[in-house]
Amino acid sequence: MNSFSPIQASSPKKTVLMREGDQAVQQQPGSSAVVKDRVELREATVRFAGDSGDGMQLAGTQLTTVSAAVGNDVATLPDFPAEIRAPRGTKAGVSGFQVHFAGQRIYTPGDKVDALVAMNPAALATNLGDLARGGLLIVDANSFTKRDWEKAGYTSSPLEDPALAAYRVISVDITDLTRDAVKDLGLTTKEADRCRNFFATGLIYWIFDRPLDPTLRFIAAKFGKRPAIAEANRRVLMAGYHYGETTEAIHQCYVVRPAKLPPGEYRSLSGNQALAWGLIAAARLSKCDLVYAGYPITPASDILHELAMRWDYGVTTFQAEDEICAVAAAIGASFGGEMGVTASSGPGISLKAEGLGLAVMLELPLIVVNVQRGGPSTGLPTKTEQADLFQALFGRHGECSIPVLAAQSPADNFETAIEAWRIAVRYMTPVMILSDGYLANGAEPWRIRDLSEYEPIPVRHPGPDTQGFLPYRRDERLARAWAIPGTPNLMHRIGGLEKQFDTGAVSYDGANHQKMVQIRAQKVAGIAREYPPLTVVGPERGKVLFVSWGGTFGAVRSAVQELLETGHEVAHTHLRYLNPLPNDLGEVLGLYERIVVPELNMGQLAYVLRANYLRPIKSISKVMGRPFNVEELVESGRQALEED
Amino acid sequence: MSIDALLETPQLGPNDYASNQEVRWCPGCGDYAILAQVKKTLASLGLPREKTVFVSGIGCSSRFPYYVNTYGIHSIHGRAPAIATGLKLSRPDLSVWVITGDGDALSIGTNHLVHAIRRNVDINIILFNNRIYGLTKGQYSPTTPLGHPTKSNPYGSLDNPLYALSLAIGCEATFVARSIDVHQEHLGMVLERAAAHKGTSFVEVYQNCVVFYDGAWDYATDRDSKFETILELEHGKPLIFGKNRDKGIRFNGVEPEVVALGNGVSEESLIVHNEKAEQPTLAYFLSRMHQPDFPEPIGVFRDVLRPSFDELVDQRRREILDRIGGPRDLDRLFREGETWKIGDGASQSAQA
Repeated sequence: MNSFSPIQASSPKKTVLMREGDQAVQQQPGSSAVVKDRVELREATVRFAGDSGDGMQLAGTQLTTVSAAVGNDVATLPDFPAEIRAPRGTKAGVSGFQVHFAGQRIYTPGDKVDALVAMNPAALATNLGDLARGGLLIVDANSFTKRDWEKAGYTSSPLEDPALAAYRVISVDITDLTRDAVKDLGLTTKEADRCRNFFATGLIYWIFDRPLDPTLRFIAAKFGKRPAIAEANRRVLMAGYHYGETTEAIHQCYVVRPAKLPPGEYRSLSGNQALAWGLIAAARLSKCDLVYAGYPITPASDILHELAMRWDYGVTTFQAEDEICAVAAAIGASFGGEMGVTASSGPGISLKAEGLGLAVMLELPLIVVNVQRGGPSTGLPTKTEQADLFQALFGRHGECSIPVLAAQSPADNFETAIEAWRIAVRYMTPVMILSDGYLANGAEPWRIRDLSEYEPIPVRHPGPDTQGFLPYRRDERLARAWAIPGTPNLMHRIGGLEKQFDTGAVSYDGANHQKMVQIRAQKVAGIAREYPPLTVVGPERGKVLFVSWGGTFGAVRSAVQELLETGHEVAHTHLRYLNPLPNDLGEVLGLYERIVVPELNMGQLAYVLRANYLRPIKSISKVMGRPFNVEELVESGRQALEED
Repeated sequence: MSIDALLETPQLGPNDYASNQEVRWCPGCGDYAILAQVKKTLASLGLPREKTVFVSGIGCSSRFPYYVNTYGIHSIHGRAPAIATGLKLSRPDLSVWVITGDGDALSIGTNHLVHAIRRNVDINIILFNNRIYGLTKGQYSPTTPLGHPTKSNPYGSLDNPLYALSLAIGCEATFVARSIDVHQEHLGMVLERAAAHKGTSFVEVYQNCVVFYDGAWDYATDRDSKFETILELEHGKPLIFGKNRDKGIRFNGVEPEVVALGNGVSEESLIVHNEKAEQPTLAYFLSRMHQPDFPEPIGVFRDVLRPSFDELVDQRRREILDRIGGPRDLDRLFREGETWKIGDGASQSAQA
């Protein structure tokens, strides 16, 4: 992947974005005055980078939507600073959004960028390293004055740096052209300049042959109440598009064909949105009301925002005074017989830990979501990491096992949420869902589901005529009954003190405690009986098995596919369930000589696997706030094969 | 309730609200008296047991839910108001009581207390104030008087005490009252008023811990001194106290002043209590009266009607859903914005 040939100055028309299998077709797109080549690409990666106030996230989101809408498979990587508005023009304030779109299934937002939009020198400085040699570099020439590049730490104009010869630089007066386009609309300069992102978007749309309609509709809807602003953005988008069409600086445009996705109706879906919708769907399937209690924290807040808009779908949201209240209120809602959910990120989950212990003791269904970020403490709040696995598995007092599930891609959060609630209700237990910053903010095409595709989630609240009701009497899965207030004759008290077997009365008896601790552990361990068998990609047995969990799925799957395509015998299995681990995992691990576990932490799953299966595990660790590159995992795979 | 319903529903007595659990507070603990009054109140109000939930945190008082035959959660330290809030969000139909103590509510759980009160969640918070940590055996609490020696500060507490009612009133509490464990009739009246109030009812009960701070409230319960140290509030009545009801409280600028009635000082010059005052100023003023300078008011400080949080939430929920005829279909949610179709032949069509 991304094996571009370097630019050949003598034949500028030969694109460097082409790779094996791509073909150039001489065509005349639209009514263009200039005849340009249309080149078919299998895939492309574009990154918008600019100041955090430049609207790069919006540009990226729009490119995601239109790319998905033309039928490409899409994977995205938004990357923004922790500060809302760091000083303008500085490297600290650079915000980026990367979109990878392809004519086949893809699993990652792309290692190297084929086209980089740099709205200012700081964006150039922080992003150029990821641009493929020979890639397109689009800069706003108006933002490269001496003052601008000095702010970004350059001592001379970066545009005059001979090193840029390795790229195809398209230097455009984006600011001037934007102001020109809107000059008769009566906008202030500031308002006009805020449209610059749409110039860049329009230009990228022309270069990558994207349709304008979805974004035009978006502009009309978003700025409908402010006609001048809507018109300005529309004009600037068109100006960028037409600039691409007419400028001599660009010789061709690129076509990425639709991917062969399973038939159905699709949309673009981000991870946090998918999680929120999955929760709503789970509530419907179980005929419970969703009561979501949250406290603002990056990168989980968007779940609260999404659900707060959805009261018309029967959702109740509650912004609590702190993380502890959020989990406590969710427990209260579950006690009331509804679907109690809370979400946070690592620091907030730490605060919820005591509440989780209570939920384990109360044996009430509950969902707790951890959208992981770089830690410990405030760490890297806007960057991704997988370092809360230990916290999810062990981060409570006492013997306190809870089921832990992790989503593997942004849209997979939808399935994960439904499954988590199914387990929570069936086993009367809190369940933790692990997502992460990359999954939460990333987006991908999602085949729109119909609820009839899912088994209902049966919820049984015993009625007033229940004979011999005991609050802690258990069914065949060791789950107790979910008797709720309002039911005559079943009045009972539950609490954090140890419960007597069956009766649920307070018990300080040592033998009873031993029994109850074991029963709670057995109950959770028993969930693994209901897992589907593990799937393995690659040889059924052999030398190297990659094991992944959570958001590293995409990078590992891509790397393993690439290794397999190049004749390297490696296999891959992915763990959706982190607790309890699948019953067939030990057997699968036993079929391979070497187990490789890439994780965005210091080797937490590797540690767990060593402890559980007494196997040497090779841990590939990365904690740079970014997902794995496919290339680095391909290299790890090669090394694992070569080692004795 | 209709007559038929009344005939069908057996009238419950206080004992019907007792659970089968053996009550395990220390002999002589003030909690027994409060438990008795609560059961009596529940019976006199005819609250259905299955519709009543007691939520508590941690501490001696927090064992309370085990002893009443309703639904209950004995939860974690300080979090009862938060659990109660979530419960009311999902089940506004329930009568929810929070039982807490001075350590539970005013130390580890202050944040939740403050926010439950300012939201005006429709719950009854009964704070058993014994000025000490009992369950953990005798450390000073946020209401322990300055200088009082305890196990954790044997030279005497250096922490300025917190006054529960001042805090609650500062949070715009809509119902604030105080009573005393052994003052049975008064406690019963206050609890009934609290239960009848819609919104957060905050009741501080002076409660004696016989083991770790016996006599903390002697001045308020002593047969001889209580008339001088306690002032029973009555709505619309002047602030009068004393065994012979011969003393009163009047304004001296912005301070309270104790005056002897007679000798030209008439009842007309005294402050008249108004628990319905829109502003919490008078209630706060009263909450600042402490021994030994002033008699300490008991009774209802404030009782005003404001929409409760759970009521507002439920109202909004209903309004939204009624307007659209019930929860929307998920198909609509999933098809918001841009969607497109992929057929078997990988052709697609975009739609807005």
